[in-house]
Amino acid sequence: MSHKYFPHTEADIHDMLEAVGHKSLDQLFDVIPDSIRFKGDYDLPAGMSELELRRHLEQLGQQNTLLTIFAGAGIYDHYTPSVVPNIIARSEYLTSYTPYQAEISQGTLHYIFEFQSMMAELTGMDISNASMYDGATATAEAAIMAVAVAKKADTVLISATIDPKIRRVVDTYAHYHGIKTATIEAHDGTTDRLDLERKLAAGGVAGVVVQMPNYYGIVEDYTGFADLIHESKALFIINSVAADLAVLKTPGQWGADVAVGDGQSLGIPMSYGGPSVGYMCCTERLVRKMPGRIVGMTRDNRGNRAFVLTLQAREQHIRRQKATSNICSNQSLMALFATVYMSLMGKQGLVEAANMSYAGAHYMCQKLIATGHFTLEYDQPFFNEFCLRYDGDIDALQAKCLEQGFMAGIKTGEHTIMFAVTEKRTKEEIDRLVEVIGHNLYQDGNN
Amino acid sequence: MSKVLEGLYYSESHEYVRIDGQYGYVGITDYAQNALGNVVYVDMPDVDDDVEAGAEFGAVESVKAASDLNSPVSGTVVEVNEALADQPELLNADAYANWIIKVELSNPDELNDLMDAAAYEAFCANH
Amino acid sequence: MNNKLYGKLIIELSHPGRKGYSLPHSEYEGYTPADLPAHLLRGKAPELPECDEPTVVRHYTNHSANNFGVTSGFYPLGSCTMKYNPVINEEVAAMQQFAGLHPLQPAETCQGALRIYHELQSMLAAITGLSQFTLNPCAGAHGELTGLMVIRAYHQSRGDDCRTKVLIPDSAHGTNPASAAVCGLEVVEVKSQADGTVDVDDLKSKLDEGVACMMMTNPNTLGLFEHNIPEIQTLVHQCGGLMYYDGANLNPMLGVCRPGDMGFDVMHINLHKTFSTPHGGGGPGSGPVGVRAGLEPFLPTPRVVQGDDGTFSVKTGQYEQSLGSIGQFFGNYAVVLRAYAYILTMGRENIGMVGPLATLNANYIKEQLRDDYLLPIDSPCMHEFVFDGLRDKSQGVTTMDVAKRLLDYGYHAPTIYFPLLFHESLMIEPTENESKETIDGFIEVMHSIAREAQTNPDEVKSAPHNTPIGRVDDVLAAKNPVLTWKHTQA
Repeated sequence: MSHKYFPHTEADIHDMLEAVGHKSLDQLFDVIPDSIRFKGDYDLPAGMSELELRRHLEQLGQQNTLLTIFAGAGIYDHYTPSVVPNIIARSEYLTSYTPYQAEISQGTLHYIFEFQSMMAELTGMDISNASMYDGATATAEAAIMAVAVAKKADTVLISATIDPKIRRVVDTYAHYHGIKTATIEAHDGTTDRLDLERKLAAGGVAGVVVQMPNYYGIVEDYTGFADLIHESKALFIINSVAADLAVLKTPGQWGADVAVGDGQSLGIPMSYGGPSVGYMCCTERLVRKMPGRIVGMTRDNRGNRAFVLTLQAREQHIRRQKATSNICSNQSLMALFATVYMSLMGKQGLVEAANMSYAGAHYMCQKLIATGHFTLEYDQPFFNEFCLRYDGDIDALQAKCLEQGFMAGIKTGEHTIMFAVTEKRTKEEIDRLVEVIGHNLYQDGNN
Repeated sequence: MSKVLEGLYYSESHEYVRIDGQYGYVGITDYAQNALGNVVYVDMPDVDDDVEAGAEFGAVESVKAASDLNSPVSGTVVEVNEALADQPELLNADAYANWIIKVELSNPDELNDLMDAAAYEAFCANH
Repeated sequence: MNNKLYGKLIIELSHPGRKGYSLPHSEYEGYTPADLPAHLLRGKAPELPECDEPTVVRHYTNHSANNFGVTSGFYPLGSCTMKYNPVINEEVAAMQQFAGLHPLQPAETCQGALRIYHELQSMLAAITGLSQFTLNPCAGAHGELTGLMVIRAYHQSRGDDCRTKVLIPDSAHGTNPASAAVCGLEVVEVKSQADGTVDVDDLKSKLDEGVACMMMTNPNTLGLFEHNIPEIQTLVHQCGGLMYYDGANLNPMLGVCRPGDMGFDVMHINLHKTFSTPHGGGGPGSGPVGVRAGLEPFLPTPRVVQGDDGTFSVKTGQYEQSLGSIGQFFGNYAVVLRAYAYILTMGRENIGMVGPLATLNANYIKEQLRDDYLLPIDSPCMHEFVFDGLRDKSQGVTTMDVAKRLLDYGYHAPTIYFPLLFHESLMIEPTENESKETIDGFIEVMHSIAREAQTNPDEVKSAPHNTPIGRVDDVLAAKNPVLTWKHTQA
């Protein structure tokens, strides 16, 4: 018995057993009834050396194909500055626990405070927590929070234009938690204001959830929404793609009470969907109703400015079943990722990247429409993701593009397809994809 | 040794009510503030909210603990102690002088279910 | 770890006009967000820092030096299983062939990724003696919630809607009752008896047809094996409830016991504890949920399945009895990769030594320190144990003081003031990765702090002295919350 992760020699084990008065390691477990002891061998592979492991994973990696991504639907292929992965790999960040011992965790506590500050600035809200799992669970938690704040109302209205994946998560949480969800109908790809008014008037509404840009990439106009919603004493919850807020009107400017979403767009690798970082920001008034960890500024007994986990009386380890949420571990290291990214990109870089994504998407959209086979599904302003109607066979078209190494959009209906463009895509890549599509349209037409 | 005042009514969850005509002033006892430590926040209901004897109406938080506030009496909140919003530490300074809510009682008979000073003192000694 | 405080905020290093990025020149002409209606735009760029790249790199490097990680030194944080985080696993998680995958790309283009996901599900099933796992939950508490949803979905599928109570021992982690509440269930606390394990008589008095399940951590939060588990699981099952295993303390069970064999029906695992993935300053973790045979239909979607032809695919939607979705995609995939690499590195021949060595280390520390620290329950522990502060408390030195003094000696503090069963809880978990020399060094320091508590108590009470900052004013932080740098300017 010897393994690179075990420091124990036979002599160590012998000496330590003697010190605790046992003859064998087995004896340590005498308290466990024999009937439930595990005596067999685990059905697992034999241990691998590092060389073998690396070879094995490289082989598995080769069974994946890296594509040129022209799709989003929640995860976007943004550029990652080389500094960011290098910083988050620092083992003092990577291998530390939640910063409960403030005296030896100022590194973690500082970056969480910076993350909170930057997210509050980006969303235009007063405060932020230290992160949530992802944008979908953050939205579900916001729905639960709205009902907790409302006390008497138990329904959360959700726009039909929200990403169905997020909706599924909100519905799951709501079903088990015991609150109701209802849909605000869509009108030409946007949230139907008249339907919202009707449903608010019916009463019992604790919160209203919309998405911006919405699932179809459309930048909706929420003029008047906040007043309507607040008249009904409900909370206005906006889910956003974090990076887009560098340019778009913020949840704070729209009068939202809670801003939630996913921060993956802040340069975080797609990593097959995770880890990303969920965020939740809110108004000052709601701070003690917010789930999750929060870092605050204070002083130490030597007169230094210092940071510490605060407002913990909301949390599960103190409030147990009365906590605002059960969340404990969050996505801290990915919050560091987003923080370093925002520090590098800064005030201008986020805007520049967003502008490029916008321009690329609009360029591509025009080129596709120019083929004569695509039309905009909705006549609405969009940002870097857009939904087109195509009367041909979308599956066949995507398969052809895949052969050429492209992930060409996401099929959202029999004849609708959604593309996304980021600053990472070049004009040449767009031209090439449109060419592949054009070529296959021609063949399609001949069939 | 925690302070217990004569003339108040006490609950097992360490709230008191001081009666003034049809009104009751509800707060936490000296024993409760002692157990909590430095109070950093008091979550209070709104005026006109109804409270029910034995039911939760708010919470008191210290850094490492939180305790629900249970109303010893039923009725309607007619006033909340706004001073506690900015200075929650007043509860530590004098829990009896700093009531949390003023309630118009709907059922004064409930007072019979509460403890008097002597009974509460004995209750604390055993807990 | 550098004991000199760095302490700056990035915004304080910002100067207008500096930049820390470089992007290609835009190749597109005539398209700009300014074309959008003005009332859809924020109008003004966000007030984020403006810093050059070297400044940003130095800033975060300096901050990291004020942090203590597992790589810095011994981290005996009870209940958190701060084991070594292998470096090779970081290399694996960063491999572009995985990191560059979009979660919605066609299954045929990510067979390697799906194979790993599927194999890890099977490995976890083998290790725990359960039938099927989902890797979708992002953390332990997320797993608890998912597991409780499985249990509710199971009862509801039988038309048994009245089972809304969860039995939870009073020694449980706070997440257990909190998860139950989020899942819409009522918490019923079960008392511990004097030996620290569940009081079976109290349990019996709380069993009825309203019980959905019992949640247990075994070994429990005192590090004690719940030896009555065969009787407990029989009682709970007889009344129609299920048994939920909180995998927070699974580590000592590797090579010793499987939750499935103990009679548990549903469980979660913390990959960031038992399977060595880094805690990352509080996440990302991963909380896979496993179920016994018969409960598979209730697991969440999406699911990764293997077809008859051996290929893997992602399935959503067609599972009628599924509880639904609990996250946007498949959870924290890069964490899954690390755990997979860990299990392969250990292999079947070594993984079974984890529990015994972790348990040996814990018992060794306990026996060496019991003269100076109060052992409230004297029985053999598993991977961790709890002292109730110093044996001699006459100088008024508390558990908090001992914990803070440890920082001065270059150790992370144990978990303090949990479990709530004792006033001065000090919970120590060494893990299997610590050598006898490391542990002997820690024991010596703990003895010397106990001596200091008598000879120079003020030195201990005012600790730490040798850290970037001293004790912080938590009351000030909570009373006047300053939560963003905008607040600091107010």
